[in-house]
Amino acid sequence: MGEIPHLLVHDTTDNVGVVVIEGLTAGTDMLCVVTHDNSDFRLTAKADIPIGHKVALKDMSEGDTVMKYGEDIGKMIGPAEKGGHVHTQNCKTKRW
Amino acid sequence: MPLDATNVTVNAWRRENGRVGVRNHVLILPVDDISNAACEAVANNIKGTMAIPHAYGRLQFGADLDLHFRTIIGTGANPNVAAVVVIGIEPGWTKIIADGIRKTGKPVAEFSIEQNGDINTIAAASRQAKEYVHWATELQKEPCPISDLWVSTKCGESDTTTGLSSCPTVGNMYDKLIPEGLYGCFGETSEITGAEHICEKRAANPEAAEKFMAIFKEYSENVIFANQTDDLSDSQPTKGNILGGLTTIEEKALGNLEKIGRECTYIDALQAAESPEKGPGLYFMDTSSAAAECVVLMAAAGYVIHTFPTGQGNVVGNPIVPVIKISGNPRTLRTMSEHIDVDVTGVLRREQTIDEAGDALIDMIIRTANGRNTAAEALGHVEFSMTKLYRSA
Repeated sequence: MGEIPHLLVHDTTDNVGVVVIEGLTAGTDMLCVVTHDNSDFRLTAKADIPIGHKVALKDMSEGDTVMKYGEDIGKMIGPAEKGGHVHTQNCKTKRW
Repeated sequence: MPLDATNVTVNAWRRENGRVGVRNHVLILPVDDISNAACEAVANNIKGTMAIPHAYGRLQFGADLDLHFRTIIGTGANPNVAAVVVIGIEPGWTKIIADGIRKTGKPVAEFSIEQNGDINTIAAASRQAKEYVHWATELQKEPCPISDLWVSTKCGESDTTTGLSSCPTVGNMYDKLIPEGLYGCFGETSEITGAEHICEKRAANPEAAEKFMAIFKEYSENVIFANQTDDLSDSQPTKGNILGGLTTIEEKALGNLEKIGRECTYIDALQAAESPEKGPGLYFMDTSSAAAECVVLMAAAGYVIHTFPTGQGNVVGNPIVPVIKISGNPRTLRTMSEHIDVDVTGVLRREQTIDEAGDALIDMIIRTANGRNTAAEALGHVEFSMTKLYRSA
């Protein structure tokens, strides 16, 4: 096997991916793999992001729908730049 | 070589009713909380028996009492149990439970404490328990098709890695074994919130879909909306889930549903601890998402092995059912690997496919059925938490 991915993305329509290595630091040139079709791309991490946490695959702003598994998992309640951290500080369910 | 699940056999105990068990317990089963002391004394006297103390069984009524009986009877009736000594404070409910277990054809003896006292009850029950141990330890295992196993699932301390690795590993196992005739079971009504529309579509028939949605709506209205004091953002996802990177209930639910694979459909939606009656296949069960409660309810329905994906590292076990832990989170494997039976961290490194991870889980199910003790068994996790619907009279 070649390089181990830093980020996994479930579906080609997703706009977030998941950090799958420990100790990711800002500035890392991440190998990103889409599990659905095994395609890959590169993205620069803009923050130190813990394993398991989400990264924006494009610039996102308040009100944008967050897509994961090819499904709507909530909305942005604040901005995230491409390569930035998406979590409870800027993302929330639409349900309540 | 990919694993071929057809014609795989395990060495296990074929019980009187034809069901297959992978453990051979002699249980000392209390009807109620105040019989725990006598049961624990018997289990202490007679080596090779196990008491299952619990908190309830007095002054329950209605649906809550039905669930109590279903849970206790189902626990005794589980094929992982060879024989049962039932002890209750009075003879009435004690007989209901003993007779319920007796329908399986396995040996059951009942004792009640009133008018006998703990000491005489313990002496008589200990003599009977000793006979059961002699009998049970001579029972021979025999080759049984893997499809005769009933395998349930529930995940715990989920994070984003469970949806990427350990949950789809279970789903892959079900996609391979359900067509062979396995009984499967998933539940966690509360943790399907956010993906209920997807779960509804995975029903095999309109009746199962309707039953699932009725259970889901009843839960949402009578439990969540009736008792909520805030918008649930601090409860669901849990603090542990959030630490692991899960942000919304929808994200958590979508990861959770990865456990039912790509192709499986559920043929019925069961009440808590209700035995499946519609033949081999996958079933949904209305359960709490609390790990121990959920495993207890599925064990009471007759499931003999439990598969448990975890991200952040849940440590739960069960007294009678081996709980197989699967994790793909490399930090969890680094910090608490003693709790994990199947390491699927290779999925995140893209060194292991979900198909290979599913085969690794099937291999561990076979080894567990053949006698390998799970991490939870070796570490002494015997959590027996009963679900209670409302307060007692």
